[in-house]
Amino acid sequence: MNQETQPLRSTPLQSTPRRRAIFIRRHAVVTRLSHWLNVVCLSFLILSGLQIFNAYPQLHWGQYGMDSDPAFLTIGASESHGMPHGFVEIGSVSVPTTDFLGLSKVEGEWTPRAFPTWLTFPSYQDLAAGRNWHFFFAWVFVINGLVYLGYGLVSGHFRRDLTPKAQELAPRHFWREIVDHARLRFPAGEAARHYNVLQKLTYIGVMAGLLPLMILTGLTLSPGMDAAFPALLDIFGGRQSARSLHFITASLLVVFVVVHVAMVILSGPWNNLRSMVTGRYAIRSKEPDA
Amino acid sequence: MTDLKRRRFLIGSALGVSALALSGCDRPEQSPEVGGVIRSAEKLTMSAQRLLLGRDALAREFAETDISPAFRVNGTSAPDGEAYAQLVEGNFANWRLKIDGLVDRPLELSLADLKKLPARTQITRHDCVEGWSAIAKWTGVPLGSLLAATGLKPSARFAVFHCADELEKTLDGSGRYYESIDLIDAFHPQTILAYRMNDQELSVGHGAPLRLRVERQLGYKQAKYIMHIEIVDSFAALWGGNGGFWEDRGYEWYAGI
Repeated sequence: MNQETQPLRSTPLQSTPRRRAIFIRRHAVVTRLSHWLNVVCLSFLILSGLQIFNAYPQLHWGQYGMDSDPAFLTIGASESHGMPHGFVEIGSVSVPTTDFLGLSKVEGEWTPRAFPTWLTFPSYQDLAAGRNWHFFFAWVFVINGLVYLGYGLVSGHFRRDLTPKAQELAPRHFWREIVDHARLRFPAGEAARHYNVLQKLTYIGVMAGLLPLMILTGLTLSPGMDAAFPALLDIFGGRQSARSLHFITASLLVVFVVVHVAMVILSGPWNNLRSMVTGRYAIRSKEPDA
Repeated sequence: MTDLKRRRFLIGSALGVSALALSGCDRPEQSPEVGGVIRSAEKLTMSAQRLLLGRDALAREFAETDISPAFRVNGTSAPDGEAYAQLVEGNFANWRLKIDGLVDRPLELSLADLKKLPARTQITRHDCVEGWSAIAKWTGVPLGSLLAATGLKPSARFAVFHCADELEKTLDGSGRYYESIDLIDAFHPQTILAYRMNDQELSVGHGAPLRLRVERQLGYKQAKYIMHIEIVDSFAALWGGNGGFWEDRGYEWYAGI
């Protein structure tokens, strides 16, 4: 019953009395491979990154920062009335976070630990292993990103699929898409063939903003790279600022992933997943107006 | 899992890994095959950094006003043992730095000898592998000038620093601190053997009488309490064979990131 079509970008949908689906090719094989490789890389990078963070759970601003130097974020544990408790301190505000941040159970024992075992890789405290995995997947992530970047430029994927059109950026259109998104009304029919402008801007923001920021702040943590490119220290205001920005940017990426996955689920999880695995995406025509 | 792999896995567990919470998610880290692949990234990192750095790119040097108020005493805060205690007692007058191994003219230098040599002073950032940083002013002798005076043999590849501190108590002495760098870093203009810190004599906590500064790498490379510098063509025969105390415990030999 499904009518199969190959890349069918310009053929209009036929108006038929019954609601039916056609399949378009949504994602090229390079996009699909790099997407899933990214899932693996980001998972390991975030979990091993938290392992590394646990070795020194404070964030500073500036060129240096250590122990008693002013920290704007501290995840720690302390004891009051003989009871240990975990806390997160942001500026002068301290939030109790026992059993999650600062203090959590390791093999049944309360243990001072910034992030709990289920959020770090490896789960047990091992900075050396965390670093090894972090840098391995950092390389895979960067190489994967460069392949995708090259493909996106050469194939026209960026220009065709991700660059917003002028009319999409017009305030009225833009506002309507925000309202539609807020009501969880997703594009159907002809409009579902393309990314909407909010998707385009989000993907561009992540790919051209957060990910390069992630890599550059990470490289600024390297004493070697700081010697090769001293400008890194000036751009980010010092190694400790870069470390903080690395953490904040990673947090924004986690927010992106959460929203991204939520949108995938809300707008048709199987169709979206299939399109990112096989490339085929079903478009359902709207009920014709009688 | 094949039988062989399972057996290896069980042996690994029996050897002490079992003490760790071995959840399914940690299994990749426990596999020696996977570990080898994961750790190969270090070579890529080192090649890439060497390519970008060249021999002489300098680490940033800061102003006096940038010096940080606190500088954590990390690792050993004072080496144990009668021998070191006596050196401290005598204000290191009886301490001698030995430089030998693959050299034409082994050297033995007192602290006074070192202080007579041309010195370099630099205000640099110390980056701990844990993530913190501190800035301090260091004065010392460029390592390259000492190595040039010894006349390195053509087979020389690494400088190994043997230290007075034992960071882990062991029966065979494998807990003794040591470090190694290759000749590119050894002859880097900012690589010095420091005997002064922030305009004071180097304190016991920070590695008296002499510590290494190799500014393009992380803190654990900055060996304290240096007693003996050995020039070698390979560090495979030393302790764990990985070129340093922390390297024998899983950390990268090239600590540029």
